[in-house]
Amino acid sequence: MANTKDDEWLYTISAKRKLIDFNFKEIWRYRDLLFLFVKRDIVTLYKQTVLGPLWYLIQPLFTSVIFTLIFNNLGQIQTGTVPPFLFNLAGITAWNYFRDCLNNTSSTFTKNQNIFGKVYFPRVILPMSITISNLLKFGIQLLIFIGFFVYYSVIGFELSVNANIILFPVYVVIMALLGLGLGMIFSSLTTKYRDLSVLLTFAVQLLMYVSAVPYPMSEAKAKFPPIVAKLVEYNPLTQIMEGFRYMLLDTGEFNSARFLYTLFISLFIFLLGLIIFNRTEKSFIDTV
Amino acid sequence: MSEVILKVEHISKQYRLGLVGTGTLSHDLKRWFYSIQGKDDPFLKIGDTNDRSKAAESDYVWAIKDISFEVKRGEVLGIIGKNGAGKSTLLKILSRVTSPTTGQIKTKGRIASLLEVGTGFHPELTGKENIYLNGAILGMTKAEIKAKEQEIIEFSGCQRYIDTPVKRYSSGMRVRLAFAVAAFLEPDILVVDEVLAVGDSEFQKKAIGKMQDISKGEGRTVLFVSHNMAAVISLCTRAIVINNGEIIADMSANEAVELYLQTTSNTESEIIEKRKDRINNGNFIFTDLNILNTQRQKVSALLAGDSYFFQVFFKSKFELRNVKIRLQFLDSNGQMRFLCNNHFSNTEIFNLPQNAHGYIVCEIPKFPLPKGFYSIKLTCFSDNGLEDEIERALDFDVEGGDFYKSGKEQISKEGVLVNYKFKFDF
Repeated sequence: MANTKDDEWLYTISAKRKLIDFNFKEIWRYRDLLFLFVKRDIVTLYKQTVLGPLWYLIQPLFTSVIFTLIFNNLGQIQTGTVPPFLFNLAGITAWNYFRDCLNNTSSTFTKNQNIFGKVYFPRVILPMSITISNLLKFGIQLLIFIGFFVYYSVIGFELSVNANIILFPVYVVIMALLGLGLGMIFSSLTTKYRDLSVLLTFAVQLLMYVSAVPYPMSEAKAKFPPIVAKLVEYNPLTQIMEGFRYMLLDTGEFNSARFLYTLFISLFIFLLGLIIFNRTEKSFIDTV
Repeated sequence: MSEVILKVEHISKQYRLGLVGTGTLSHDLKRWFYSIQGKDDPFLKIGDTNDRSKAAESDYVWAIKDISFEVKRGEVLGIIGKNGAGKSTLLKILSRVTSPTTGQIKTKGRIASLLEVGTGFHPELTGKENIYLNGAILGMTKAEIKAKEQEIIEFSGCQRYIDTPVKRYSSGMRVRLAFAVAAFLEPDILVVDEVLAVGDSEFQKKAIGKMQDISKGEGRTVLFVSHNMAAVISLCTRAIVINNGEIIADMSANEAVELYLQTTSNTESEIIEKRKDRINNGNFIFTDLNILNTQRQKVSALLAGDSYFFQVFFKSKFELRNVKIRLQFLDSNGQMRFLCNNHFSNTEIFNLPQNAHGYIVCEIPKFPLPKGFYSIKLTCFSDNGLEDEIERALDFDVEGGDFYKSGKEQISKEGVLVNYKFKFDF
């Protein structure tokens, strides 16, 4: 028998798990798979539908119209100098990206148990690919927003982009991290307890209303009971929505402490999600 | 060559029986409570061995228990065992689909598995797109796949449909394409589970040929799980036999196959003498039936083309004249494939004295049935007419085998294999 030291082994499969056990080298080795998954998602999403990617446009537009009718016309929410429709469209565009990342990644384990049960690859590739392919939808919706931004400028509204626009990529990353992190936590827990997938759809809908999507933070401070106002204020998603509208529409306020707070929370949730996901991926196939 | 590339140390895997649901949360909480106290998992101490036919005594079962073995570089290791013996669980752990409950596996090479071909095919994507996706799932990089794309397409034989979505493929074409992708994988250790049982005969030949190339020509380390004993013997250098989750043998492929065929006995069958489901005149009675191999060992799974003895035990009270004993070999549809009768060869008819008991042996030098599940129907006639008849006196498996000594598994499962010769005249 050849005498081999432990460190000569390429890897070890064992029952013991470390708390933090990421193999970034391996994820890097599977980067081609990541891109192929992204490509698959994009190519196949609207196959055999008549309107195809037009669905990307219809959904945010109609939601914005409804929001404008209910919250601004009926509910008298003030959006300052910004037209309410554009205000809502900005919020919905950002919110949709976060929501899609969360919803789509939250079913990673249950939806892919067929593949996961047969072959090994770093499981985290799948939620990562979902987050990336959702960027396409986000990009298209952003184009509509830009279209309406130009339209409103032409018909006489005074609109301007804030210098914070350089933070745009950072905001996208924060949303992705938050959606991905929460999605990974949910996907791990739903392998055993399916109740959570029912809860999630419901919870995400409610979450939107405490994340300052259809109203500005200033209105929340003025009209909500103080406890609720605080809750909304410390919700990292509120800060993302406010920051997003601040840089695109120059409305609301920006506070760098709040920005760092949001960044920190998102990173924390992402890392937490990654840890839980990593622990689950090893044996979920037995409980799913 | 003699370097150990894979080392499996005391691997066990425990599964919970029944539904995952009720009680899961309470067990989880108990586990968690023990773990914060620094104690071992309380549920690891219990659990039955993995014997499907016995009723469970606890909620937990050990699918595999304390398995250890080593594989050297370039070795082709066969893993054989009955259905549910734990082979697939072992492969799942090896290919990291699930983690072991205890123990560890150390490897010096990358392990890739062909657990089931076609995993991750997306029906809306074209054949070519799926080659890339499937290859990447199995661990290839885009560049590697690109370099082999033409070979893969050629091997699959699906050139014409390569730009058509896979959902329009026939199931056979899907399997061909999937196997083609997998066959061009180049991992250090390849895990193969029963992929040879797919496709038409032409493709099977191609697949077995490719397997032989991989294991012999390219010197790859292969773990090969199969019920196809002929393939195990021809491909593997060594084999382990797993029974009820434990390794019962680790030896050369030939010996292991022989041992396996002996151990897969039909423990469930009743003693023939005690059976009531028979036509009997109260005089002559069949008491037992054994199948023996050339070493006179009892077997219950046969290889086509090998030599076997069918030993029929009987008892009779009165004197009988012109006893004729008939063994009918029936397939799983109840169709008779062939029969043996001492009446056909006149010299073997015999007379029995009073209170006789003994046996008659029927030798079949080249057992002629292809792979499948069969039973034997026993009948005895004398001058008094029908003495005893019993359906399904014994069930047995034929596990493939190489009747024509050609190195090929017989594809057809119909009919009977006979010896023949072709002559050519041009």
